[in-house]
Amino acid sequence: MGDPTRRLIFETLAAGPLSVGELAQRLPVSRPAVSQHLRALKEAGLVIDRAAGTRRIYQVDPSGVASLRAYLDQLWGNALSAFQQAAEQQQGAEQQ
Amino acid sequence: MNAEQTLAAVRRSVTVAAPIEKAFAVFTESFGTWWPADYHINPSGYETAFLEPRVGGRWFERAPDGSECDWGRVLTWDPPRRIRLAWQLNGDYVFEPDNASEVEVTFTEEEDGRTRVDLVHSKFEGLTNSEGVAASIGGDGGWSAILPRYAAAVVAA
Repeated sequence: MGDPTRRLIFETLAAGPLSVGELAQRLPVSRPAVSQHLRALKEAGLVIDRAAGTRRIYQVDPSGVASLRAYLDQLWGNALSAFQQAAEQQQGAEQQ
Repeated sequence: MNAEQTLAAVRRSVTVAAPIEKAFAVFTESFGTWWPADYHINPSGYETAFLEPRVGGRWFERAPDGSECDWGRVLTWDPPRRIRLAWQLNGDYVFEPDNASEVEVTFTEEEDGRTRVDLVHSKFEGLTNSEGVAASIGGDGGWSAILPRYAAAVVAA
């Protein structure tokens, strides 16, 4: 996971399953490059894929600890934003 | 993966425009007022969550029908500067004292009545010894329900 692009792809997949085309659309990475990184991620046991019609859908491997870490990272980012909002609202309400 | 033990802890920080005592109180006493409702594990739904303010206190969620699910417990209670929590959900989402990861939250005073909150979630490697945890998190039920919505929110922001 030393490659920043590979990491970005992995973290994007931690937010939900996507096809190669969808990944290429969302990220500043060409489609062939996305495919290459996905191959490496799959070989490393970090992502799994399945066929959906003519497309292949990729998702993080839920049995991997890296997947769990990526998930928790998102969870806390989201939770702390909600906490910040609540703390500032309650503080603001008291000052009025 | 052979490199499991070398995975870095999850680190997240936020600075809030509130004094340290207020920031600490909102994080702990008012935990249920800000915790994102989508992050819950009880299939019968989510109403609120609690962080009991003492060492050994429970950290748990409550459903509208009154049923409760434990998430973990309070390991360190040092208001208003620091708390340490055990995150103890096993594969069946049952409280499991021997299988915990750790969440440490520190509160630091900054200028102008602001407070920096640093959160470190570590030792989560232990949780994946119980394969069900990861499967539940990554599967179609439980907490994974948040992920598409979270992604949508990020894209919209």
